[in-house]
Amino acid sequence: MPKINSPAELEKLREGILSRRDPNKPCIAVCTGTGCLALGADKVVAALKEEIKKHGLEDKVDIKETGCPGFCERGTVVVIYPEEICYLQVQPDDAEEVISQTILAKKVIKRLLYVDPTTSEQAVRESEIPFYKNQMRLIIGSNIKLDPKSIDDYLALGGYSALAKVLSQMTPEQVLEEVKKSNLRGRGGGGFPAGRKWEECRNAPGEVRYVIVNADEGDPGAFMDRALLEGNPHSVLEGLSIGAYAIGSHEGYIYVRQEYPLAIENVTIAIKQAEEYGFLGENILGSGFDFTVKVHRGAGAFVSGESSALMTALEGRVGEPRPKYIHTAVKGVRDSPSCLNNVETWANVPLIINKGADWFARIGTEGSKGTKIFSLVGKVNNTGLVEVPMGITLRDVIYKVGGGIPGGKKFKAVQTGGPSGGCIPEEQLDMPVDFDELTKAGSMMGSGGMIVMDEDTCMVDLARYFLNFLADESCGKCVPCREGIRQMLKILTNISKGKGREGDIERLEELSQVTKDASLCALGKTAANPVLSTIRYFRDEYEAHIKEKRCPAYVCKELISYYIDPDKCKACMICLRQCPTGAIAGGKSQIHVIDQEKCTKCGTCFEACPPRFGAVKKISGEPVPPPIPEEARMIARESKEK
Amino acid sequence: MFPSELREQEEDQVKEKKEVKTAAAANGKIDKIIDKYQGDASALIQVLLEIQRENRWLPKEALEKVSKKLEVPLNQIQHIATFYKAFSLVPRGRHEVQICLGTACHVRGGPRILDRVEEVLGIQAGQTTTDMEFTLETVNCLGCCALGPVMVVDGKYHGKIVPTEAEEVLKSCK
Repeated sequence: MPKINSPAELEKLREGILSRRDPNKPCIAVCTGTGCLALGADKVVAALKEEIKKHGLEDKVDIKETGCPGFCERGTVVVIYPEEICYLQVQPDDAEEVISQTILAKKVIKRLLYVDPTTSEQAVRESEIPFYKNQMRLIIGSNIKLDPKSIDDYLALGGYSALAKVLSQMTPEQVLEEVKKSNLRGRGGGGFPAGRKWEECRNAPGEVRYVIVNADEGDPGAFMDRALLEGNPHSVLEGLSIGAYAIGSHEGYIYVRQEYPLAIENVTIAIKQAEEYGFLGENILGSGFDFTVKVHRGAGAFVSGESSALMTALEGRVGEPRPKYIHTAVKGVRDSPSCLNNVETWANVPLIINKGADWFARIGTEGSKGTKIFSLVGKVNNTGLVEVPMGITLRDVIYKVGGGIPGGKKFKAVQTGGPSGGCIPEEQLDMPVDFDELTKAGSMMGSGGMIVMDEDTCMVDLARYFLNFLADESCGKCVPCREGIRQMLKILTNISKGKGREGDIERLEELSQVTKDASLCALGKTAANPVLSTIRYFRDEYEAHIKEKRCPAYVCKELISYYIDPDKCKACMICLRQCPTGAIAGGKSQIHVIDQEKCTKCGTCFEACPPRFGAVKKISGEPVPPPIPEEARMIARESKEK
Repeated sequence: MFPSELREQEEDQVKEKKEVKTAAAANGKIDKIIDKYQGDASALIQVLLEIQRENRWLPKEALEKVSKKLEVPLNQIQHIATFYKAFSLVPRGRHEVQICLGTACHVRGGPRILDRVEEVLGIQAGQTTTDMEFTLETVNCLGCCALGPVMVVDGKYHGKIVPTEAEEVLKSCK
């Protein structure tokens, strides 16, 4: 690769790439993000390649392995250009038809299209699918258009033009002003204004400064940073380089958790390519600005995503937080000023530079600008990554984009902000999504996990789940966090086991307050949010567990029993055969009965029972009816006797 | 960790003397990994991660070697090796099974997958079967939440899995 020495040469290179590409040449883009790979995208790619070879189309059709376009629920996702035909849930067996029908005969394969569950209408193009139509995909939209392992793909989409612009036309101060004016807030959790952090870091005393990408996406239920780093690593690198220029840093780190092997691979390749072209290294684009980036893998610790902990980990020490009377922007890695932003925050930077701060600030609400990527998961029809403008209501995200709750179940709550966030009930669904509104509701934006829960989710169990997670992940350095979480977890576990006592709710509230006030870092300071928000909105569920020993959602194992309704049981033997402990008695034409002593409450029978019978029931808060006497168990099968 | 568990782990280590020998044979590789980072002490976690990946666990000999080469006290290495989840100080099974218990997987039935797998393998999360075939672990989110519940066996992801399927996957490994 030739080294690019000026913005003019970059434009020439870009023209060269574009001139070699025919926009009308068919291109099959297959999502090969971690989600689709889990569903067999690699086999789809192999099958498509095989078919292309069979038809001798190697020169006539391109195949592109892209990053995640977000619609993971319907993977493997395949988009065919230039028509932009979007096929969902593609299997390797479909490859033959895709090539012979769509590529050669120019016909759309109807069965692979998206079908609207309510109107039964089919959508041919990606942009016609409601899931995508109601989004504003500024950041993640490019993922399906480029091969993350190809820098030329990124350049073809206008990549590195923002870097060229700042290096040739703007002073670092101007870049800083632009980012401040855009009011970009950190996408990692707290929502601290990025421009202010940059400025603080720039003005801090010191010779060496560092810029860092935080890709230690530890929040369970959030995966937008993985998708961005995997699918469009150059956009993050470009943003980071612009930040480094504004701050006056020459060394950058990308801290990626090791649970994301593909992200590590793709970003490492991207750095190498950028170095070869000279977008990283010495004298970038002939401007005299030097900047290098290193990848650092995290080793699996949630608390290491906290800024001061992450910086300690970068030094090769244990990633524990420290008090932050002095910000890390002033004293961070090796006591030098260090600016840490999340993946999504950095990815926003090239956009702001290219389109201008005024344009960016027009999107969103008063306090929160731009778009935010959420991972919409849990009990919702269209799960996946969604990018929406700030200020959209939760209802629109869940119902318009997410397509509502599956199986005709009732919505109960949506959990935002990961383990530091809280649950928001139905009454508050019309709340606009922005940093400040979510905080007011007792939750937080966090990194953008949005977990939808239906009537089958127990709120006490959920609070217990989060505290269990936090107790496990607390580094143990400060007592309020370590002991506070542990005691709260103890109380919650007791409640979920039916050992709750009067006054437990008040005790939880008191412990929450202390943990919140006295903990060292954000992990402890926000640890009580899942507890407080569930008590605030679902106090009746707590009371049902404590007073009636009843789990209204039928989740807490100790409080429920499984029971086969003798009037509904058709003695089909399905549950009986599947029961792992052999707790179900019965036989052919003999009504099945669960031995409550042997039952481990695994729920297999409940799921195995065909829905048209629906004989297996969950019971909570009341005694299990006695088994029907042996002699009454025989079923007369009329149809068979005929 | 309870003292009894610790004792069990130690016993396991003794039992697996054979594994230790293979680890010693892999020492050449360990040297190579350390050399790659040119004795840079700040690369300690990266070095340990690579040894872990190469060897699947961190034998004491390897840690001593790292300590010498990178000039980092052994207790600091121990601190790191016990703090992070990625590291194992005991030998691990031939197949690594991870069950995701992230929030999305939790609400979609992840714990039930874990229950079934624990039952099938006869071990608890964090343990290795006595025949050294399987090591079972839970993880807090693998980032493919749309596919929950998720189980990963030897790096292969199994999404939207139900307990009976999980059992079949494990059986197919044997």
